[in-house]
Amino acid sequence: MGTSQKNNGDNERDPRYKGLDRVLKRLQFQQSGLIEVLTSAQEAFGYLPEEVMIYIATQLKLPFSWVYGVATFYHFFSLKPQGKHTAIVCLGTACYVGRSSEILDAISKEYDLDPGQTTPDGELTLSTARCLGCCGLAPVVVFDNQILGQEAPETTVEKIKEVVGGKIPAKAVSSC
Amino acid sequence: MNVMNRQELLEMAQSELDRQNTFRCRLLICASTPCISSGALAVEDAMRKAVEAEGLQTEIEMVGTGCLGPCSRGPLVTVQVQEEPDVIYERVTVELAPQILAKHLKGASVPELDARMLSYDWPFFAKQKKLVLSESSTLNPERIESYVARGGYMALGQVLREMTPEEVCAEVAKSGLRGRGGAGFPTGLKWDMVRKAPGERKYVVANGDEGDPGAYMDRTLMESDPQRVLEGMAIAGFAVGAEQGFIYVRGEYPLAAKRLEKAIRQAERRGLLGSRILDSKFNFRIDIRMGAGAFVCGEETALMQSIMGRRGQPVPRPPYPANRGLWGGPTLINNVETFGNIICIILKGADYYASFGTDKSKGAKIFALAGKVNNTGLIEVPIGITLREIVYEIGGGIRDCRPFKAAQTGGPSGGCIPAEHLDAQMDYETLQKLGSIMGSGGLIVMDDQSCMPDVARFFMEFCMDESCGKCGPCRGGTVQMHRILSKITNGSAIMEDLDTLEDLCLLVKETSLCGLGNTCPNPVYSTLRYFREEYESHIKDHYCPAGVCQFTEKPLRSA
Repeated sequence: MGTSQKNNGDNERDPRYKGLDRVLKRLQFQQSGLIEVLTSAQEAFGYLPEEVMIYIATQLKLPFSWVYGVATFYHFFSLKPQGKHTAIVCLGTACYVGRSSEILDAISKEYDLDPGQTTPDGELTLSTARCLGCCGLAPVVVFDNQILGQEAPETTVEKIKEVVGGKIPAKAVSSC
Repeated sequence: MNVMNRQELLEMAQSELDRQNTFRCRLLICASTPCISSGALAVEDAMRKAVEAEGLQTEIEMVGTGCLGPCSRGPLVTVQVQEEPDVIYERVTVELAPQILAKHLKGASVPELDARMLSYDWPFFAKQKKLVLSESSTLNPERIESYVARGGYMALGQVLREMTPEEVCAEVAKSGLRGRGGAGFPTGLKWDMVRKAPGERKYVVANGDEGDPGAYMDRTLMESDPQRVLEGMAIAGFAVGAEQGFIYVRGEYPLAAKRLEKAIRQAERRGLLGSRILDSKFNFRIDIRMGAGAFVCGEETALMQSIMGRRGQPVPRPPYPANRGLWGGPTLINNVETFGNIICIILKGADYYASFGTDKSKGAKIFALAGKVNNTGLIEVPIGITLREIVYEIGGGIRDCRPFKAAQTGGPSGGCIPAEHLDAQMDYETLQKLGSIMGSGGLIVMDDQSCMPDVARFFMEFCMDESCGKCGPCRGGTVQMHRILSKITNGSAIMEDLDTLEDLCLLVKETSLCGLGNTCPNPVYSTLRYFREEYESHIKDHYCPAGVCQFTEKPLRSA
């Protein structure tokens, strides 16, 4: 188990590292807390920049390859910056049977994006999910943390266009 | 930290009941994820405003509760007026919310509401037997008092006061409870193995990494009745001699994690978790671990790796977790739903529990009913109920009166049950005989618009993405099987490909390291077994009977 180790590099200037330090301290620099640290780092930075992973590796006294290995193993972590808005199309069984792949194709065509990609202007990230547990509402799309149930290709693209067009601000409601 | 004894627990229950009785009317609004996504929060808001406008805050209590079941009909509101039977309304809108007050308090007639009333005689409710979800639709999951008032923590109290660990294990074994994660290992036996395993530090882990697409039983249980899971874990901790528990929650379930965290804090503050629980010598702590999106972490050895902060890759068994698990200590891993069953077994007795179900599979099982049925949602039915009863009575039949084609159980590890087996009993053995598995309880109904090779390809794509890459057969086999299935669905396959596919299935099944690889050929196997002609018509005739597949080559016969 590692103990506290002050890293007085450039990192100290970024206030987001302070938050990271707090999480590290709360977990007593235990190596088993790595996933939790990475989760809070991703929340703070929006993604996992390399220097953040190096910082975490130093603090937890783990090799960088270990941290990188964990970060790339789990789908939740992203090593690239995400778009301002995100559209997640559920491809769980119930949604798939409800033809959610057509919704995915429609968005993909409209914005010329493949799942996992972000538009060049950084506005929209398109991704897919493996079941969000809202199968009663299938097919489901999550747009900016808001769950849209019983969707169809046209309605979804319409709703995304309204927001990504830049006029109407997206509202984040449900926590799911 | 306070230490609470049994007397104080009973007092807490009584005072909560007294408090609830001061209200003339209670409005229970389902606050689980599906209802929230259909707008339950806005309805709650509208109702609150209406209550405040009438100045009835002291007479009416509004409660956000756990899941009621018929998720596609949300938002759901239950009205409890003293000395009157409960009334449930479906699809409540913001406009209708104040009308509920008008109807129940002033006797106004609102035909729109009458049309949205759900009767308890409705087969969706009447056919169910709720042993685990018994309280979930009336509890406030964010208040421990609400749980205690319904008999919460009485089972733990009884265990600590009157039973030895051996007796607890024996009672669970007697009930015939089997693991609800899918494999159906006898729970009592597993507990006894961990109890007997030598080791200073033992652990209890609740597996809430519900990765199967189409399954959301664990999420609902954790969101609706988190204290029940915690109490079940504490009883398990006492039975096996562990002082530390972990509950592993899937990363996609933030609401479940939030409610569990709150539940743990409330229980610790009252001395129902932590040290010297209920004034006994038993200590038990529970920590939450969040998953980060990896299906394979539902496999027990991979899950333990993930709890220890590593890549979630399975390790060979033996040694089994019961002997060498987390940090080398004996570890008990059960599904969240399994822990949910414990309370009923302790409070009502193993014999009562065993009175439900079949000879070899006891109790009730929660299924997530989804797909092309009229009533989708969460159901808890006695094990041994037939598929026909679930689809046609509880599910209300297939949407748009189309024919039933197949029911998919067990997610990517399970298979499809065709129409000729509609009268099959839903239990571990029968499902296995039919080439499927009970799984964690996802049940997806498909009509004639679903293409079976396409469904098999979908599941294989899932397994290909989710294969952790540690062992060769799974890493490479899933890719190859997916390639053949894609060829079949785009029309470029030849008949020999079917033989190769079957060979590959056998290879991957027999030689993979963990459950993911061992079971991922199941959807292919079962669809080949029951719908072989559909595969053949794809290959020979370039014709998709369901009209799903887009053939790159010109079809020989028109749909």
